[in-house]
Amino acid sequence: MRAILFIIQKEFLQIFRNKTMLPIIFLLPIIQLLILANAATFEMKNINISVVDYDNSRISREVISHFDASTFFTIIPTEQSVEKALELVHSNRTDLVMVIPNGFEKDIDNSIAPKVQLLVNSINGMGASLAYAYSSSILMNFTKNIAIKKLNVNIQTPPTISTQTSYWYNPELKYSHFMVPGILVILVTIIGMFLTALNLVREKELGTIEQINVTPIKRYQFIIGKLVPFWIIAMFELAFGLLVGKLLFDIPINGSLTLLFSFAGVFLVLALGGGLLLSSISSSQQQVMFVAFFFMIVFVLMSGIFTSTESMPNWAQIFNRINPLYYFMKVIRMVLVKGANLSDIRESFISVSILAVTMLSFAIFRYKKTS
Amino acid sequence: MNNSKPNKFWGFALKEFRHIFRDKRTLLIIFGMPIAELLIFGYVVTNEIKDANIAILDKSGDYLSQKLTSKLASSGYFIPTTYLYSENEIEPVLRSGKAKMVVVYEPNFAEKFFREKNAAIQIITDASEPNTASLLANYAGSIINSFASENGANELRSSPIDIRVRMLYNSELKSVFMFVPGTMALILMLLTAMMTAISIAREKELGTMEVLLVSPLKPSHIVLGKVLPYVGLAFINALVILFLGYTVFDLPMRGSLALLLLVSFVFIILALSLGIFISTVSKTQQVAMFFSMIGLMLPTMLLSGFIFPIENMPLVLQWLSALMPPRWFISAIKTIMIKGEGIAYVWKEMLIMIGMIVFFLTLSIKKFKVRLS
Repeated sequence: MRAILFIIQKEFLQIFRNKTMLPIIFLLPIIQLLILANAATFEMKNINISVVDYDNSRISREVISHFDASTFFTIIPTEQSVEKALELVHSNRTDLVMVIPNGFEKDIDNSIAPKVQLLVNSINGMGASLAYAYSSSILMNFTKNIAIKKLNVNIQTPPTISTQTSYWYNPELKYSHFMVPGILVILVTIIGMFLTALNLVREKELGTIEQINVTPIKRYQFIIGKLVPFWIIAMFELAFGLLVGKLLFDIPINGSLTLLFSFAGVFLVLALGGGLLLSSISSSQQQVMFVAFFFMIVFVLMSGIFTSTESMPNWAQIFNRINPLYYFMKVIRMVLVKGANLSDIRESFISVSILAVTMLSFAIFRYKKTS
Repeated sequence: MNNSKPNKFWGFALKEFRHIFRDKRTLLIIFGMPIAELLIFGYVVTNEIKDANIAILDKSGDYLSQKLTSKLASSGYFIPTTYLYSENEIEPVLRSGKAKMVVVYEPNFAEKFFREKNAAIQIITDASEPNTASLLANYAGSIINSFASENGANELRSSPIDIRVRMLYNSELKSVFMFVPGTMALILMLLTAMMTAISIAREKELGTMEVLLVSPLKPSHIVLGKVLPYVGLAFINALVILFLGYTVFDLPMRGSLALLLLVSFVFIILALSLGIFISTVSKTQQVAMFFSMIGLMLPTMLLSGFIFPIENMPLVLQWLSALMPPRWFISAIKTIMIKGEGIAYVWKEMLIMIGMIVFFLTLSIKKFKVRLS
């Protein structure tokens, strides 16, 4: 036991002596959180639209004013030619061109469905379909109202189904409530895993590990002594990040923090154990970083940080069963936003515990005092 | 006398090449990474929703509500996995994540629909995933609307307007146009900047930089020799990504390939100069790696318009994204590949990238100390 304490003490001394690493460990992640939490949004706020109005009638101008009044659209003026308007799409100055052909007003007067053409820049497929949906609903409502006014008689209305939608847990659909926990998971994992992985291999690279190897310290004592300091730092980082998230983004904390931190504790044993394993099979810091970086990117993208894991193909869902970040990403959002309790996250808890024990025993087994 | 210099330089560059190629594990990852990432973005990280688990609370239980439930199920978006019997069950099923959405039918659904001409449905979504929640609600809403008009009487059914839509550049609305340029930027940026920064910092940390500096090679040649292999690797990676995008994901190549490669080359040089700059400000590999990893990975993914469109961000972040090198690269290659435009449309991006190269290199030269402390 005393041997472990000495190792821990040594690591802490080294960490706090290093004046360049300290701000990197504590400040950089928080700055990231502040900046990036607001960047991640799919919400469309502004669509640039250019209108080529060949009809130039009272009604066509009225249609345009409806687009002008909508909060989604900004009208970008264009000349009276489709070619000129497409030029604007080419140079990214407008997203959508609406062409109102000659005879638009006449068609409406004669109760014929008037024609409108929409040309949408669809490089971003999702944005394009939203732009199309918004503009067609404005057009539909506009012409429907005219038709109803013209009929001017109370025709029998067809039966309808009224849908009332409610968004639970996040009624304003705030993205930061979704992204802040997600980014926090990544930052805590990066800090914990990379610090651990780099630490051991650095001793190898500098040759100082030989000095430890000749001491009577046991394998498991050494591994635990290397793990504990970074585990504490990562837990502290999580607490700090949550505090910043609460103060600046007002993220909800609906569940039990004890539950979240006990899960995080087990998760970190897994992540840090992974880092140790990586470093014990690598010979240089460069190699460790590269391998760790590869796994990190794959795990992060598969974890559902941006998109729902349920819509992923089957093989991805099977892969996610061994993806530590998938579990943590899911649990932190469930506990913070939805207030999930232990029985809600039981399966994830068990899976992560099994993975953690496996990983740690593997790391201890794989580390050899003789090289 | 001058003849021997290029030889020495190439000898040094060759040595660096051998260093990289000897390490099979790193090599595997350098070439495995773009492939893995393209597959993930192509098949896993998509915004499409399918097979979302939903719960049904059918207080009516008549033929019409059942018909609508099976219509929701056959849409491909939803799988009704749980059937609830009271309002109290809604909260637990959403909280545990067993269902992402709950559909609640009011009692006497069919009767209200036909007699009173209006039946009500409540849709409750789990908005802890806001994007998924609003997509699910939208899909369900449009399915319900078309169900209502199919089953209602056929008065006033003709569409009031004839909208012809043409999706320019990407008529099938595929996501490949977003993620291939993005993956290229991410891989080239991280691989080149990170590897360069770390390999120079490594020489500093192990003290071998001093050995190199007393050699007859000029410091600029040493740095050049160290980064040259990474230029080669990054360029090969760019080609692999383009080839995969072209063959597996049907990415069109409408513009000039030569121009595209030129832009990629400029971007690689930019990433290199950024890497050199990082290495001049970091003493150890750890510092270099945290700077490039934390400072580059998430910002490249989130601020470059790769996953989240820049136009939707708050104004301050839009300005900040203008400082992100990948943003200009992505915008340029999209213009070339997808719109098929020539240099007239990408000169601005090129100029900005070249400006950034000059900026980073000037800073590095100022910072670079021949005599190490």
